[in-house]
Amino acid sequence: MSAILSLRDVWVEYGDKIVLENVRLDIAEGSFVSIIGPSGAGKSSLLRVILGQEAPTRGTILLDGEPLSPECGPDRGVVFQRYSVFPHLSVIRNMLFGLECEQAPFAARLFGAKRRAAVEAAEEMLEAVGLGASKNLYPAEMSGGMQQRLAIAQALITKPRILLLDEPFGALDPGIKADMHALITKLWRDYSLTVIMVTHDIKEAFSLGTRVLTLDKRRHDPHAPHRFGATAVYDIALNKPAPEPQDNEKSDSITIDTKDNN
Amino acid sequence: MRWVNKRIRRGNSILLGAIPIAILALVYLAAAASRHAANPNDKILPLPSKMAEAMAALVFEPDRMSGKFLFWADTFASLERLGLGLGISTLSALLVGLVLGALPPVRATFGPLVTGIAVIPPIALLPILFIVFGLGEAAKVALIVVGIAPYMVRDVAAHVGSLPREQIIKAQTLGAGSWQVILRVMLPQAMPRLIQSVRLSLGPAWVFLISAEAIASDIGLGYRIFLVRRYLSMEIILPYVAWIALLAVAMDFILVRSSRRLFPWAHGAGH
Repeated sequence: MSAILSLRDVWVEYGDKIVLENVRLDIAEGSFVSIIGPSGAGKSSLLRVILGQEAPTRGTILLDGEPLSPECGPDRGVVFQRYSVFPHLSVIRNMLFGLECEQAPFAARLFGAKRRAAVEAAEEMLEAVGLGASKNLYPAEMSGGMQQRLAIAQALITKPRILLLDEPFGALDPGIKADMHALITKLWRDYSLTVIMVTHDIKEAFSLGTRVLTLDKRRHDPHAPHRFGATAVYDIALNKPAPEPQDNEKSDSITIDTKDNN
Repeated sequence: MRWVNKRIRRGNSILLGAIPIAILALVYLAAAASRHAANPNDKILPLPSKMAEAMAALVFEPDRMSGKFLFWADTFASLERLGLGLGISTLSALLVGLVLGALPPVRATFGPLVTGIAVIPPIALLPILFIVFGLGEAAKVALIVVGIAPYMVRDVAAHVGSLPREQIIKAQTLGAGSWQVILRVMLPQAMPRLIQSVRLSLGPAWVFLISAEAIASDIGLGYRIFLVRRYLSMEIILPYVAWIALLAVAMDFILVRSSRRLFPWAHGAGH
């Protein structure tokens, strides 16, 4: 498969602190890449440069062969651990946001037939993530798991080339987490997504990913620990077919708290 | 049960809240009665009957000089000034605050200026306002605006600037540009804060209104209070102060209710 995203000798430095050094990666279209590593190994920095939230100090990042501009754009969707949905918009309006920005540059709102089409697309996506019945709720009225479902659906509606997940399930309790694993696997398969996920959970990294990257420092200077950055020390390709979605309907009943679990 | 854990039911909380007010009223009545026992013509603590009599003349009878019902004319004049001042301040706080909070280049350019204006005591500018705008309505409205707008601008700007970075990033990954982020993400979330800011500015706004009216005016609640002070007319001053308090409480109540109604998402999940 062709590389959708290429990192060429990417360095990220803050002052004289080197966070990432010489990262070279090619990420194939349709792969599910898990990134693990100890705290402070630059997992989130790597995600931020891919997202365009910050520019690499050196090196280039190519998306579909084109150099990325250091700005976020609709070609890369993202789900953060928290604050990923808009608290002032109901579920359906959260979903419409992406379509409205795309089709209405000035008013940022849709009317008439365009709006009906957008609502239809949004409702279809909400059904796919299991939020079909909650479309008029506000995020504060939903549990942490439901908010993350919404965040994922919202990111997918603009059909990004790559979906970036920054510890998306880190704040969820185990029952909900299993649901979310099944959901993201199903979406990844159904929509042929390319996913890059940063996680602390090694089990999650291996069970979801088709490829696991471990970021760590190759060298360590005890007198100046900040002078060496992390890079991909292990790059493990898991030769497995797209996993079957597990049946996790039962875990709805495990969940006791319906309030925010964050 | 520990006091920090005590829950007060709604009926009880109204009752509890009324107790100190009732006690204060009783203490006043006792003090007024004892002074009147010593001197039936006492002016310092007038009895309620005296207040009612004096106020009836202002509320129900037209003034012989101007033909106006003075109480109502004062109220409308003051509310007009206050409304104009609050309206201009709110609108400028929304526009300037939003742009300052949202766009780093604008913040870098105009942030220090706004901070500088905000630390000037507004009353110190009153002579300048009188010189520039004359002694008419404009100077009084301008004093209110100068007094409260910088605080509101900074409050809204700080709130917009402290919105979670994740939200702004997320909006951009959904295709939003600067304009769309401001219009759809920042503006709606700034609105409840703006109302909160207006509520907190109501107190200072009244202070500046009364000051301006006390110094140069021929009508208004503040003007009347400072006018009748010359005759030691506590029977008019006290009801006027109570009326101002009532107006302020009513405004605050309307702001809270409209915020809850318009922006339910900003007031917790229980709506």
